[in-house]
Amino acid sequence: MDRGIFLGGIPGTTSRRGFLRACAIATAAMGLPMEMVSKVAEAAKDPERPRVIWLHFQECTGCTMSLLEASHPDIASLILDLISLDYQETLMVAAGEQAEENLHKAIEEGNYILVVEGGIPLKDDGVYCKVAGKTAVESLKKAAEKAVAIIAIGTCSAYGGIQAAKPNPTGAVGVQDIIKDKPIINVPGCPPNPHNFLSTILYYLTFKKLPPTDRWGRPLFAYGRKIHDHCERRPHFDEGRFVEQFGDIGHQLGYCLYKVGCKGPETYSNCPVIRFNDVEVWPVSVGNGCYGCTEPNFWDTMAPFHDRLPNIKIPGAGIQASATEFGKAALGVTAAAIAIHAGIGVAKRLATGSKSEE
Amino acid sequence: MAKRVVIDPVTRIEGHLRIEVVPENGYVKNAYSSAQMWRGLEVILQGRNPDDAWMFVQRICGVCTTVHALASVRSVENALQLEIPYNAQMIRNIIIAAHALHDHIVHFYHLSALDWVDIVSALKADPQKAAKIAESYQDWKLNGASVFKAVQDKLRKFVESGQLGPFANGYWGHPAMKLSPEVNLIAVTHYLQALDYQRKATQAVAILGGKFPHIQNLAVGGVSTAINLDNEATLNMERLYYIKQLLEEVREFVHNCYLPDVIAISAFYKEWLNYGRGVDNYLAVPDLPQDTKGEVFDLPGGTIIGGNLSTVKPIKSFNDPYFINNVAENITHSWYKGDWTRHPWEEDTIPEYTGMPGGYVDGNEKYSWSKAPRFRHNGNYIPMQVGPLAQVLVGYAQGHKLTKKYVDQALSMLSSLAGTKADINALQSTPGRHIARAIRAQMLSDLALKQWEQLVDNVGRGDYEIFNPPSYPAGEIKGCGFHEAPRGTLSHWCVIENGKLKNYQAVVPSTWNASPRDGKGQMGPYEASLIGNPIAEPEKPLEVLRTVHSFDPCIACAVHMVDTEGEEIVKVKAL
Repeated sequence: MDRGIFLGGIPGTTSRRGFLRACAIATAAMGLPMEMVSKVAEAAKDPERPRVIWLHFQECTGCTMSLLEASHPDIASLILDLISLDYQETLMVAAGEQAEENLHKAIEEGNYILVVEGGIPLKDDGVYCKVAGKTAVESLKKAAEKAVAIIAIGTCSAYGGIQAAKPNPTGAVGVQDIIKDKPIINVPGCPPNPHNFLSTILYYLTFKKLPPTDRWGRPLFAYGRKIHDHCERRPHFDEGRFVEQFGDIGHQLGYCLYKVGCKGPETYSNCPVIRFNDVEVWPVSVGNGCYGCTEPNFWDTMAPFHDRLPNIKIPGAGIQASATEFGKAALGVTAAAIAIHAGIGVAKRLATGSKSEE
Repeated sequence: MAKRVVIDPVTRIEGHLRIEVVPENGYVKNAYSSAQMWRGLEVILQGRNPDDAWMFVQRICGVCTTVHALASVRSVENALQLEIPYNAQMIRNIIIAAHALHDHIVHFYHLSALDWVDIVSALKADPQKAAKIAESYQDWKLNGASVFKAVQDKLRKFVESGQLGPFANGYWGHPAMKLSPEVNLIAVTHYLQALDYQRKATQAVAILGGKFPHIQNLAVGGVSTAINLDNEATLNMERLYYIKQLLEEVREFVHNCYLPDVIAISAFYKEWLNYGRGVDNYLAVPDLPQDTKGEVFDLPGGTIIGGNLSTVKPIKSFNDPYFINNVAENITHSWYKGDWTRHPWEEDTIPEYTGMPGGYVDGNEKYSWSKAPRFRHNGNYIPMQVGPLAQVLVGYAQGHKLTKKYVDQALSMLSSLAGTKADINALQSTPGRHIARAIRAQMLSDLALKQWEQLVDNVGRGDYEIFNPPSYPAGEIKGCGFHEAPRGTLSHWCVIENGKLKNYQAVVPSTWNASPRDGKGQMGPYEASLIGNPIAEPEKPLEVLRTVHSFDPCIACAVHMVDTEGEEIVKVKAL
């Protein structure tokens, strides 16, 4: 396929060089050696574009919107050059019967990647979400049958997400709670960084297999380490320099946000490394703590969002600590250990909880 | 014997939408609107921290990201009567304007244009001729024969690949498609370019908000975007100028490409200026507050009744009782327990799904997850249309300078391209809603830069304040926070008891517009606007999509149009 079509000053579209660069970036994002670039490029130029079916359930469309903001590949290259997006309700032209027909055809043909956005409500026979008169759970089971692999994009389809927050009034769950006989990969986040999703797709198209994952089904290339491990504010944490309140002098000097609720020490994601929207930002970089949105059940385990984590592993203990060990335990040895690590001068301040609860 | 046409799902919107229409002699006879997804966020919020509510409710929608977050912090601040620092107000304002610019651009090009634009026809265009036509109505730097030809070649390759993906089975060659191949080619080219310009707007949001969608820089009491001109980890000169450059590029696109495109396409379809008026009571709230209290605004709000601009009544401040006391929601036809019209602070949300007996709406029963918001006027609760059209009309009626300038310009361009006199009433129509949205984008693209200058001036004076910490009293307090979102008036209503959320309701723009009938049988705006809408081919109800899309639906829900007067039910299969 010739990709040198878009010339003449159309921004954001791919010349051959731009295309190779995009492949190089994608290759790097997947943690692959640079000699793999040509292989990635080859896969991306496959004349029969791999087919993708995308289903929306209990969602906010934020994951779809995040794709519109992606740059490598951008959405135009993705849907015109890389994949054949045979069903996607936000973007497709056909509606109603015509849309349904596209879906049936695509499922009939089989051999597609199924992408799911949104949670699936199970309570009361699934009446809380219907598309084309069918419940979300019916549609999911039908589409999963002939899928070669399923990618759950966003925390909702991975683990149930916001509608599953207590008391979970609609009985919402993630894809993996329903489908047991297909390879499923979770790309959580609220929404996830679109490049984590795109790199997962490219990885699959290139190697015909899904990337290795952690215990929560997340690709290691994106979720292999804690936010805390790559955070640019880590030296401030290590030296005991903390923001006490938004707008204070520590905030104006870029200090660590742990005490205003940053969940980075318990959250696995590459946000500090790849950042968002191609403008070098992520929540911490503008002065707000991480809220842990890539972790299962974060709406319950990470809130209140501006309260500091009560129980943190000692820095240097490595990445073995799992998110499940994190609970609302009383401050104890760990906090004391952090205090010593963070400098005696701040020990007292550290050992007092957040003020907003009082 | 009327047939019934089912459209489910409606695509190129947020969420799940189902439509049923009953055509009669080429026009729609009756309509119902029915929402079919509920997530229970109001229930999930009960007992949680008011400080966290904005994070939760932002997830109501990822297309209207930012807007629920803003309405939420404003509602809690209103309950506390908490003023926020000037910088925080300006940072929020830039986010409001930049997000709306992205939203309006995406809505027109990516969610609506293909109702009017025939991609396949563009393959037959003469790129030279297209360049001439484009030049005749707009001065856009990325037009030109070679650009149009490159897009056409690209499109041809794509179509010849036989894998049409999202463009498969579209309404190509439909008799309601009226544009020449050349105009179609111009529109397809701008469809692709718009992808880049909407992204620039979201980048401006992300620089302040940490990411997009779903910003992470708000707090009850202000923002968490740290400012310090002398630090590398804060909002400094490099960051500020990056925002300015992005806003300027987007402004150029809006003025030179987006608005003229909308006017030109509306002129080609001028007969549509007679369709889609529907509910002509309008509601908009003021926004872009210029002070710390929310009493002075750059964008005006108010109400208009019965399409008559002389009835305009302003909404003046965050505490204006005219708005706060007169909003109510009715649930006669909504799948919730009870049958009442209540003020949001008094509402409960107890789901009670009774389905649709026979698979279709029975207009005498409950038929929607959407409540029916209504506004109290002279003692009666009436439906209101919200959205950019409402805001533009309310501003125009009050003589708001910027609104008047751009409305008059747009109407004069529309009149000359359509060869017929178009006045302010022409905006009360299906294409009029698109024109009003583009006019609003023009205003916001100017105002975004104004907010930026005010922020820089203030920061330059050494004021780095961004946050006024909240403290929650014992006992019960109530708040209302409103925001004029891209899709219209949004209000969040909270009841806080001893520092925890006791009740929370969001009255959303698409709820106003997509609402089912109320207890008095009054239709919501979608329903009303579809009556009398043309429908050339019942099997391919493209024109219905045109009118529904003109509202920019953003509902995780479904809309039904049903004739209950004993028509034969036929589910049309279109091939």
